[in-house]
Amino acid sequence: MKNQDLYIYILGIADNSLILGQRLGELCGHGPSLETDIALTNIALDLFGQTRSYYRYAASLAGEGKTEDDVAMLRIERDYRNVLLVEQPNTHFGHVIARQYLFDVFHFQLMTALVDSNDETLAAVAAKGIKEVGYHKRFSGDWLKRLGDGTGESHEKMQEAIDHFWPYIAELFDTTESDERMIESGVGVDVATFRESYYSEVTDQLKEATLTVPENPYSKKGGKQGVHSEHMGYILTELQYMQRTYPNLTW
Amino acid sequence: MTIDLHPNIDENLVQILEEVADPEIPVLTVMDMGVIREAVARDGVVYIKLTPTYSGCPAMDVISDDLTAAFKKHGMEARVELVLAPAWTTDWMSEAGKRKMEAYGIAPPLEETADKDALLGNARIVKCTNCGSTNTRLLSQFGSTACKALFQCDDCQEPFDYFKCLK
Repeated sequence: MKNQDLYIYILGIADNSLILGQRLGELCGHGPSLETDIALTNIALDLFGQTRSYYRYAASLAGEGKTEDDVAMLRIERDYRNVLLVEQPNTHFGHVIARQYLFDVFHFQLMTALVDSNDETLAAVAAKGIKEVGYHKRFSGDWLKRLGDGTGESHEKMQEAIDHFWPYIAELFDTTESDERMIESGVGVDVATFRESYYSEVTDQLKEATLTVPENPYSKKGGKQGVHSEHMGYILTELQYMQRTYPNLTW
Repeated sequence: MTIDLHPNIDENLVQILEEVADPEIPVLTVMDMGVIREAVARDGVVYIKLTPTYSGCPAMDVISDDLTAAFKKHGMEARVELVLAPAWTTDWMSEAGKRKMEAYGIAPPLEETADKDALLGNARIVKCTNCGSTNTRLLSQFGSTACKALFQCDDCQEPFDYFKCLK
């Protein structure tokens, strides 16, 4: 492949959207209310839309007649580059919101920076995606506040969810060797530049939601290197079922 | 990089383009929506550049097929290409399109600041498509499609869609 680093860099962004979208898709018809059900699946649809643009680009780099579907559906677990955060299960609505919120704030800042990439395709996908991600962040941020500053029970569950996901956010700011080479060439985004603003935005909003900011120094990582949690296998089993069972199926 | 926001569309192709409706809002044509960024005929082939409203908009594949079919009906071959930049904005919707949208039962997008106030629940300004009252409130930021939010009128009690401002 002529540009392996760029290929892997694109997957590092795209796989987060694919796997989070798949998780949200599980809630279709199972949301806690009709409005939240529709909102979560709308968000999934936006994420899949962005993912398609990235994978189409990645497939063009992979050559050998590869398509966006090959890239999305036919990789093995170790070749997926998403962070562990997005593959964690839905468990309860508080978990869905905490996972979404912690990702959305990052995603928005990443898109904001990616708009200035010197890679025109990535910049275009980001310019399109940023408008959508702004809506996602507003949705998850509103619910964070509503549940955190809600009833005794909703507060307790929201706090538990934030505590649960806190160790996963450090990985968002890890850079792989491919990332570093892409940053150097002006294609990639140096996530370290907005690490501080991420934590301060999240901290402020947690406080506003009357939630305690966790002080857990422990972090859970691996997804960006292809080393995933046990949940990932189950997600891929469902995601890839049709293509694995009926290879080359189209409809 | 300078971006030309005015679409490059051959005058004589407009009539055929106006035959193609948005599958999600059938009263609007693709011209009303402002999703056609270029349409030029070269050597007997019509080259069209189409831009999505939202990244995941499932209507894009259908619109693309409908465009090809519409030109075929007029004995022309059309090739449709999807372009992402510059990103679509609700500013590209035609005024006539916004009026048709309202008559169809979808409140058209407000300008940016007013839209934010409406979606954050700070102001009651979105006009009910049923009775015209602005005594309306947001039910959900996400509606039946990616581009819409759900509102309800507190006067006539009707729920209705609002097309979100996208800039």
